[in-house]
Amino acid sequence: MSDALHIKNLTVRAGAKTLLDDVTATIEPGRITAIVGPNGAGKSTLIRALAGVAPFAGTLALGATPLAHLSPTERARRIAYLPQHHDLAWNIKVRDMVALGRFAYGAEPGKLGATDRAAVERAMEAACCAALADRGVADLSGGEQALACLARVLAADTPVLLADEPAAALDPANQYRAMECLAEKSAHGCTVLVVLHDLTLVAQFSHSVLWLQGGRLVAHERADCESLAHHIPTLFGRTPSFATDGSEALFFVRDPNES
Amino acid sequence: MTAARLNPALALLLVVAALGAVMFGPDGAAPRLVVDAIGGSDRAAAIILLDIRLPRVLAAAIVGGALGLCGAALQALTRNPLAEPGILGVSAAATLGATLTLYFGIAAALPWVLPIGAIVGALLATSLLAVAAMRTQGMATLILVGVGLSSLSGALMALILNFAPNPFSLSDLINWTLGSVANRSLGDLVFTAPLVLAGCVILLGQRAHLSLLAIGETAAIAHGLDARRTRIAVIAGTGIATGAAVALAGAVGFVGIVAPHLVRPWAGHDPGRTLLPSATLGALLLVLADLLVRLLPTDTELRLGVVAALAGAPVFTMIALRRGRGAHV
Repeated sequence: MSDALHIKNLTVRAGAKTLLDDVTATIEPGRITAIVGPNGAGKSTLIRALAGVAPFAGTLALGATPLAHLSPTERARRIAYLPQHHDLAWNIKVRDMVALGRFAYGAEPGKLGATDRAAVERAMEAACCAALADRGVADLSGGEQALACLARVLAADTPVLLADEPAAALDPANQYRAMECLAEKSAHGCTVLVVLHDLTLVAQFSHSVLWLQGGRLVAHERADCESLAHHIPTLFGRTPSFATDGSEALFFVRDPNES
Repeated sequence: MTAARLNPALALLLVVAALGAVMFGPDGAAPRLVVDAIGGSDRAAAIILLDIRLPRVLAAAIVGGALGLCGAALQALTRNPLAEPGILGVSAAATLGATLTLYFGIAAALPWVLPIGAIVGALLATSLLAVAAMRTQGMATLILVGVGLSSLSGALMALILNFAPNPFSLSDLINWTLGSVANRSLGDLVFTAPLVLAGCVILLGQRAHLSLLAIGETAAIAHGLDARRTRIAVIAGTGIATGAAVALAGAVGFVGIVAPHLVRPWAGHDPGRTLLPSATLGALLLVLADLLVRLLPTDTELRLGVVAALAGAPVFTMIALRRGRGAHV
């Protein structure tokens, strides 16, 4: 089981603008915590600060270890981060790109040890991109690239996984596949924090939700239908409705002025 | 051919080309010269082989290897296949640094100052480019910064030429800017080769880091890249190797763009695995180019830098056009 991720008085500024304002929360291990909020709420900023790619004020700690005390590779062995955009510069093979997820362990493409090779193959299987292993990343569709990048993050084999809209570019089947990958990680004790816009995925896969608006944490609650129904009108100005068969829910939002 | 066989194959070709370049020349071909030189029966043959051709071939290989490696490293750092010491103005700044030491007569009194001048010029240019690369996502902007840097160095060079104290000095300075490995001695190599080697070792040590940059700097940092340290190492390695190469041969362009472009498909497009074969191919290309300029029956020997530019400029244009069409090259 991973340690809990502690966020204390986290503030992120860009010049005079405050992107994230005094956020405090504890992300429990073995669960999927979704970050939900309107555009510009600070969701990606929060996850980028946790990933160590955005400067911040405040304290971030994994268990008792402040993240600021970790070297880049020590941090990368504990926390993996899947960015929202996949900025791939060269047409490297998918297998080599996934192998880059093992950088923090001293591995590099073409020179993988048995452990690294096994982690890479396992990650590609989990993300359903093993069949793409020998194709160049530039020759893939946007969805295929997203799966390959998810595999790279899974290959890092970290106790904490941060994902920024991992389902955005995917078809419905692959959206579920991607979320099932995160669910498997959390079932194995990992701390999973994920930015999601699809409320159905939030309801079906996450255990708790960090509700953000205007850079502030509005609430940190269980991800049940009642909680969603409560926060969606406030944050999005829309009225939610949902259909459920008792175990799974489908969420819709509509304009409150609609009849 | 697999990526694993690429390096040995290129190394073999380089050895064969270098032996050929030592054996053949306008003054006659082996085996007669070799037999005479080794047998000691012809002192002139020994001078031609060991004092004229051998240092020249070694200089071409060292300069080509350095520029090929620097080109591959800069491309990996900036994530742009058009980056190269010549295109980005690093070679021009190094040439400016070297010619300043010539102009003020410091290099004549203290020969070791010339490579230092070239290295300082190259380091300043590379640092400026790295800052530009950090502040802009647009690669066109980076190329334009390089073009501006190159133009500024060119303008300052013109100023130096303008104030050259006499025609002989002017001729020396112009020859320096054209790029050549003619008349290089083993003493010149002893002075500059260790610096080139030091720069190359620094760059090859960044192999895995440059591979990781293929996924973008943000993702790379999240996977454990110390981006600042990598940037400094590549700037230092490129500055030292390019500066020392310019100190040895003057300005020779386009090797750094052609060599990585040719080896990239064989190296699986992995920027880290492109480094070493780019160095070997760069060395091979310049050894062959220098052999060509020696064998061409011209009244005045063509300059190596001129031949490299004539061959490399079309390749640069082709890559730019393919990039413009959205292709990964």
